[in-house]
Amino acid sequence: MSIIEVKNLRYTYGIGTPFEINAVDDVSVSVNEGEVIGLIGHTGSGKSTFVQTLNGLIKPTSGQILLEGKDIWEKPKEIRKIRFRVGMVFQYPEYQLFDDTVYKDISYGPKNKGLSDEEIDKTVRSAAKFVGLSDKLLDKSPFDLSGGEKRRAAIAGVIAMDPDVLVLDEPTAGLDPKGRDLLLAQIMQYHKERNNTIFIVSHSMEDISRIADRIMVMSKGRLVMFDTPKKVFSEVEKLEKIGLRVPQITKIMMSLKEKGFPVSDGILTVEQAMSEIVDLLKKEGRL
Amino acid sequence: MIRDITLGQFVPGKGIIHRMDPRVKILLLIAFIVFIFCTFNFVSLGVCAAAVLFVIFLSDVPFKLYLKSLKVIILIIIITSILNIFYGSGTPIFELGFLKITLSGIYRAIFVSVRIICLILISSCLTFTTSPTDLTDAIERLMKPLKVFHIKVHEIAMMMTIALRFVPTLLEETDKIMSAQKARGADMESGGIIKKIKAMTPVLIPLFVSAFRRAYELAMAMECRCYRGGNGRTRMKILHMKPLDFGCVGFAAALLAGIIVCNLILPAVI
Repeated sequence: MSIIEVKNLRYTYGIGTPFEINAVDDVSVSVNEGEVIGLIGHTGSGKSTFVQTLNGLIKPTSGQILLEGKDIWEKPKEIRKIRFRVGMVFQYPEYQLFDDTVYKDISYGPKNKGLSDEEIDKTVRSAAKFVGLSDKLLDKSPFDLSGGEKRRAAIAGVIAMDPDVLVLDEPTAGLDPKGRDLLLAQIMQYHKERNNTIFIVSHSMEDISRIADRIMVMSKGRLVMFDTPKKVFSEVEKLEKIGLRVPQITKIMMSLKEKGFPVSDGILTVEQAMSEIVDLLKKEGRL
Repeated sequence: MIRDITLGQFVPGKGIIHRMDPRVKILLLIAFIVFIFCTFNFVSLGVCAAAVLFVIFLSDVPFKLYLKSLKVIILIIIITSILNIFYGSGTPIFELGFLKITLSGIYRAIFVSVRIICLILISSCLTFTTSPTDLTDAIERLMKPLKVFHIKVHEIAMMMTIALRFVPTLLEETDKIMSAQKARGADMESGGIIKKIKAMTPVLIPLFVSAFRRAYELAMAMECRCYRGGNGRTRMKILHMKPLDFGCVGFAAALLAGIIVCNLILPAVI
């Protein structure tokens, strides 16, 4: 069953001024429960605006967003309830930390949700565990943490609300490669255990191709493609035309194929490529 | 909501007022403000208001923006004019208990509201047509004589430039942090005033932290470029008075003469 259904969504900035622009233009998608959706697009393609409409932070100019079949703007006064169900992690979320301990900061969301102290304790600790923050860190001030730890703490603050849909806007921006891999692995582990739906915006085609079930490609506010990574990344020309690229390894394997090597299409990760090449070499008896 | 404030906004353009020397603009603004308060009858007030409208017409800034800047102070205009209606002397034309409305009260109310409107329009015209850097540059030049009193004019001007520069940045940051906290279920709309103030802490603390962080980074960047205050600093753009500026000064002088003549010939009404 589709958990989120977006129908003809449009959002216009600066209505009535000469700067009027459709940031999101006639986007319709339907996302199933438990799916991981990757969002890619050039800067200014409307990704961030699109994800902010999902939990009602931005009210669409026209169109509908259905959460489990119900329009989220049906009762505008209860939009806060939607925000607990669709958790949103902004870009550079560490700039939202404010409380005097990490524990208190993570519990801000659950407290707003109106949970009891016991439930809050449970949910805070499990959220901290998911992102790999030790108990020792929970009593520290969030401003004393390292950059990567701050990011984790901020993400834990959203996970702690136990949302059915988790939206992450470039969660790995500005992290070192190791921290990036670790954070993505933790997010995927969390996804595996809770089986919730995840939207993830990223500029890294490598990351997206590895974790997403389906990819939304946006350009100039429009949804250009919405398909599996394999299919999306096979359309190299179309992607390059809108200023995107395919993962490096995919491109390498494609050129190998052009050169006449019998490798298969749609290789997205280095691991896949390696086993493919090893198989090929074995077949030819060179290994 | 915060974005509706137009005061201090700069609108790039190429009109006459945009091309004026910012020093002349500031001095003429002060002169205009004095003129506005030197009007004592309707004709001189009308001349003054017409001059203000003429300047605005020349300014190459959409009239809508001026209306927007007036919208913010409409309440102040209404309140002051209502208060002034009851402050007149002479024979009352309408009486209700201790409240008396006289002709001079009504005149006063009209004068006050026209004066405030002119004041806002003409000062908006300055900020709309002058970029913040030009503005502080001009202020620095105009305050130069104060150096005699060991006032660090350059430092004050630099602080103003930086403050103005960071207003939009911090507004954007506030917006972002508010969205982030709203996404975590922050409720900033409902509840009494104390609850509302408390609800602002999750916004204010990150905002302060980021303001300090930015200040620190900026100080570092300035130090890396060997900034050491105003001593011995030369300018890339040196301000020059052009024929246009002298023309504008002439226009202001003519306006002053007109107002004085109107005041002398016709009887004062307030």
